[in-house]
Amino acid sequence: MSADTNVETLIEGRDLRFAYAEGAPEVVRGASVRVERGRLSALVGANGSGKSTLIRLLAGLLKPSAGEVLLGGVPLARVSPRERARRVAYVPQGVSTVFPFTALEVVLTGRSPHTTRFRFETGRDLDAARAALAAVDATHLEARPVTELSGGERQLVSLARALAQEPECLLLDEPSAALDLKHRAGLIRHLRRLRDEQGMTALVVTHDLTLLDPDFDRVYAIGKGEVAAEGAPAEVLREEVLAEVYGDEHVRARRAFGRTFVWSEL
Amino acid sequence: MSSELMKTKGAGSDLALQSAVRDPNSAAAGRRLRRALGWLFLFLLVSTLVSLWVGYRRLDLAALWTDEGARFLFFGLRLPRVLMAGVVGASLGVVGAALQAMFRNPLAEPLTLGVSGGGALGASVAIAFGAGAKVAGLPVVFVAAFAGACLSVVVVYRLARTGATVLPGALLLAGVVMNTVAAAGVVVIQYFADYSRALQILRWTIGSLDVVGFDLIWRMLLFLVPGWVVLLLLARDLHLLAVDEETAAALGVNVRRSERLVYVASSLIVGVTVAVGGTIGFVGLIVPHAVRLLFGEDVRVVMPCSFVLGAAFLMLADAVARTALGAGELPVGAITALAGGPVFLWLLRRQQRYTAL
Repeated sequence: MSADTNVETLIEGRDLRFAYAEGAPEVVRGASVRVERGRLSALVGANGSGKSTLIRLLAGLLKPSAGEVLLGGVPLARVSPRERARRVAYVPQGVSTVFPFTALEVVLTGRSPHTTRFRFETGRDLDAARAALAAVDATHLEARPVTELSGGERQLVSLARALAQEPECLLLDEPSAALDLKHRAGLIRHLRRLRDEQGMTALVVTHDLTLLDPDFDRVYAIGKGEVAAEGAPAEVLREEVLAEVYGDEHVRARRAFGRTFVWSEL
Repeated sequence: MSSELMKTKGAGSDLALQSAVRDPNSAAAGRRLRRALGWLFLFLLVSTLVSLWVGYRRLDLAALWTDEGARFLFFGLRLPRVLMAGVVGASLGVVGAALQAMFRNPLAEPLTLGVSGGGALGASVAIAFGAGAKVAGLPVVFVAAFAGACLSVVVVYRLARTGATVLPGALLLAGVVMNTVAAAGVVVIQYFADYSRALQILRWTIGSLDVVGFDLIWRMLLFLVPGWVVLLLLARDLHLLAVDEETAAALGVNVRRSERLVYVASSLIVGVTVAVGGTIGFVGLIVPHAVRLLFGEDVRVVMPCSFVLGAAFLMLADAVARTALGAGELPVGAITALAGGPVFLWLLRRQQRYTAL
């Protein structure tokens, strides 16, 4: 497909397999994914198709039962968790914090891979955390306890935490799920800007198919734990491909205003 | 060009100054810890002096120089006891803070999680089968209490954990059941043990910080200091775990290893304190909570502060226990339970508002 041979692969999953327990059905069944440096990639697919498990495998939070994950060509098993955390930031679907930490305290935890066990954050870390909050348009939340924030606001704080990590690559699991119209667009705009200005790499799990074309560079469609289709957004966002991936013949895709709109007929 | 440079430089230092001045409460955790420890050490000093002063016989400074009996009373009984209260209180405070962070549950503490109960059962078994013995130089009671505490923390955690989450309600229920079973076990052992040993167990279950001389304290410290060091070294990992377990893992925390270290260190500390002073409840609950109210949620601040405040708190509780009845003495565990029970219920009520137990 759109294989650009001189693009560097930052994270590569090779023939990944995973089951949550011995003897349990495999959730990921031989998936291979390349997250290319300086590109925005998306992981789409039906509920329960294994997207979240796959992104956790790529983040090094789960160990594949077969296959391997490479970070910059080095097997992830040989990269220390701390080194990994400096290069890759992962944002889970939901974070439920019990204690009323302030948003700034949560964002500052993103600095921990850059500081030592015995040192508290410096002014430089504080600046990075505040810049991250500003980047997601959440400066006003700084002193608020995260336990009192709405789901969307908490998602912004999680994102800011990941940005404060100053990673090479963002792995985001449904970052836009709880966001409103404005913040959803803001997120994509920000990811685009990070890519264009800083060469940031990102892999985003999403159900918002309309966000993908033309802003994303590559889309992986996951079906039943395998990569069912991959390529540029325009190549994957086609009715016959999506009908197959989602098992739904009512899927429609139309191009208008320079975007591809996707919905399912009611 | 140079004026341009000046401008950006000026803007940069402005920004730095601003970030240093703005919002001192939520931002610089390091500065907050130093300030908090300053106040708490002052409080500890006052608590120590008060505890040394009060008692069945008021401290008489002049008599210390002249009277041999007064000297023994002070250096042989009063000072070791105050020190013992401090050591046990600091231990329970820091363990409470660690368990709360690890389980992401403000109601977790050695008593509510059944760790104290398990330790008590272990110690009772040891006393019933001959307490004086030593294995490789360690008192059997210490080892047995540690084993009991360790076992119960693992059982409780396994029961409450489903996949990636620890259910807060299940955690506390499992702790309660563990305590009940352990208490029943202690009663059964008492029933079957011979008379003198049964009496020994009974006296020990009531718990007391009574101690003669410093020997026992040094022996305890041999076990406690490594436990303290491990927990305080894990403060940052626990801070990240308290925010969110999966995020902590993504930020480079080796979650399994940290959890195991917290189990072992907490069990060691609780086992030893239970073996010496019996179950003293709620110190590990009240102290970290007070610290959080005063100095914020950052676990790296809460843990060392709970250590210092725990020492001061139990010293004062023990001073009350020693003096409330005049000549007699209340078990210090009763004082901490009377103070801690209501705090627990208040916390429970507060927590219900935003998390489903």
